Amino acid sequence: MFKNIKKILSLLAVASLVFVYSCDQMAGKKNQKKGASKTVDATKKSGFVKCGVSQGLPGFSNADASGNWTGVDVDICRAVAAAVLGDADKVKYTPLSAKERFTALTSGEIDVLSRNTTWTLSRDADIGLTFVGVNFYDGQGFMVRKNSGINSVDDFQNGISACTNIGTTTELNMRDFFNSRNISYEPVAFEKADEVVAAYDAGRCDTYTTDKSGLAAQRTKMSNPDEHMVLPETISKEPLGPVVRQGDSVWEDIVRWSLNVMIEAEEYGIDSQNADMMKSSDNPAIKRLVGAEGELGAAFGLDNEWSLRIIKQVGNYGESYKRNIADTGILPDRGPNELWTKGGILYVPPAR
Amino acid sequence: MATRGIDFGYGFLTQESSFDVQFSLIEYSGSDSYARAYLVGLLNTLLVSILGIIFCTILGVIVGIARLSPNYLIRTTAAWYVEFFRNIPLLLQIFFWYYAALRALPLPQEADPMLGSFYLTIKGFYTPSLVWINLDIFIYSVIAAIVAIVFVRLYAKKLRENQGKHIPVLNISITILFILPLLTFFIGGVNVTYELPVLKQLAKTSFIFEGGLSIPPELLSLVIALSLYTATFIAECVRAGIEGISKGQREAAASIGLNRKQILNLIIMPQALRIIIPPATNQYLNLTKNSSLAAAIAYPDLVLVFAGTALMQTGKAIEIVSITMLTYLTLSLLISLLMNWYNARIAIVEK
Repeated sequence: MFKNIKKILSLLAVASLVFVYSCDQMAGKKNQKKGASKTVDATKKSGFVKCGVSQGLPGFSNADASGNWTGVDVDICRAVAAAVLGDADKVKYTPLSAKERFTALTSGEIDVLSRNTTWTLSRDADIGLTFVGVNFYDGQGFMVRKNSGINSVDDFQNGISACTNIGTTTELNMRDFFNSRNISYEPVAFEKADEVVAAYDAGRCDTYTTDKSGLAAQRTKMSNPDEHMVLPETISKEPLGPVVRQGDSVWEDIVRWSLNVMIEAEEYGIDSQNADMMKSSDNPAIKRLVGAEGELGAAFGLDNEWSLRIIKQVGNYGESYKRNIADTGILPDRGPNELWTKGGILYVPPAR
Repeated sequence: MATRGIDFGYGFLTQESSFDVQFSLIEYSGSDSYARAYLVGLLNTLLVSILGIIFCTILGVIVGIARLSPNYLIRTTAAWYVEFFRNIPLLLQIFFWYYAALRALPLPQEADPMLGSFYLTIKGFYTPSLVWINLDIFIYSVIAAIVAIVFVRLYAKKLRENQGKHIPVLNISITILFILPLLTFFIGGVNVTYELPVLKQLAKTSFIFEGGLSIPPELLSLVIALSLYTATFIAECVRAGIEGISKGQREAAASIGLNRKQILNLIIMPQALRIIIPPATNQYLNLTKNSSLAAAIAYPDLVLVFAGTALMQTGKAIEIVSITMLTYLTLSLLISLLMNWYNARIAIVEK
């Protein structure tokens, strides 16, 4: 008996030594030459971008019957693939639950997380992640049944039950909101969005709370969408954007500027149709974006046409929004996700 | 881990958790620490496991004996029950009891009271709750009754071994268990009143019950699913145990004049238990571990609260998963230890 325990203990000791040694090895490889990126090298070698997406949120990342992914979050993955590999289709998608997403990224299972993820201080600073920008400005709202007589959050009373997802900022915002109003509530938190919808639809909860874009998208999945409505109030700021692992600044820059190029292209009126013609434009800013002037790609170790490929293969931000969110009837009005020149808050640093 | 930018440490356990939990056995709010959130999850896991083990044992023993019944109808029904529930994946059964059965339940305002003031609704099962005065005296009296019963049993055993006399131990025990606590109502000043659940309107078509005791539907469906599923395995253990005792034992017992009940209680069961306990222990372990499927239907157990929300909010994957694994390991070892002790106690002492 004791002999066995000794054996097991020594085995454990050996295993932990091996683990510590391999960690050391990995740490040693960190000091690499400037401008080189381990993630870019690995991506070029494997031939596809490893991208984490949601398990199905119409408009953001959703797979159709034949397994093709579409959505504004998916377009970020496609843009990165177009920039680095030259082909927007060379993406390997990994559907992740809210709970799994950060672990998948920090462990290296994926290289970009583009999964309607809210940028917060603790996530940016704590978990070993870096947020590179915002591709959708959202806010948390509530959905209720139309016949419930609840027309605003002021109608909520003690004892209300609210269905939501675990592992999201939603869960925390909900507490702040109800506490600040001194309303006692019953949180019913599920792991998957489909389960939340099913439970709310069955009548388990009085209200369903998540990001407003999510509410609009999930409403289409209800057994009778017309029976439900989203309350007008927004109780939080939810800037959603792509995330990368900390520690590879070149890769971080590539993802950040893939997003920025899409937004800036819309600002200058460059789209997937006219991109090639824009090469002969008089405006140097436009010429830089389509790779006819300057050396913008060199800083990342990419060729000069990386941004042109993004615009041609994926389109500018406006095209992506229209294709995925407006035309599908989820949120026809762009609201804050309009360019700053047109009354929205989309404003990106200049690509020069 | 350093390359991936992950830092390691258990300091987060004392930080404020800032999320609420639907259902908790202890006082908890989002301003408590992650360590307390862990405790909430652990207690909820224990609750569902203990309830599941109790119900699956009762049901399992009944079905196991029913499978050996001479009555064709009882025997076949029990066999069908075992084959049906044993061969459907547990997760599907949990989904069935939660989503399909729940959907069929009425909204609070449409629920008809059962037995006066029990309401089974889509938002939970509401029962009257008891409000105690001098509860401690009542509890002491129950403990006193249990001690008295132990003495009665010891005395009965002595009487049987020395003089061969039988006294109805079971009936005496039940009488003591009722009479002693009942006396405290008349002399101890113990009193109990009850509080009924009352319908409350939240909005035009949205109601809940207030007051009384409310059992969330998540707990209800999880206990039903786990008990029904595990009871099939317990039933098979019980059947195997009873069938493992040779026919000669029964015939010998009958030949010295014991009746059917005595044969089962004095001859068959003590021997069968030796065969039943070890595999039944496995089933209890399975039930405890299976209770982690709770996360699928929003029952706030250890996996959902701690390895779910807490993991997400802190990002401490390695720490939290290791704590959770250790917890389940400890739970399983404790159950094994308890069952091994019981098994050793009932084992035949070789002379």
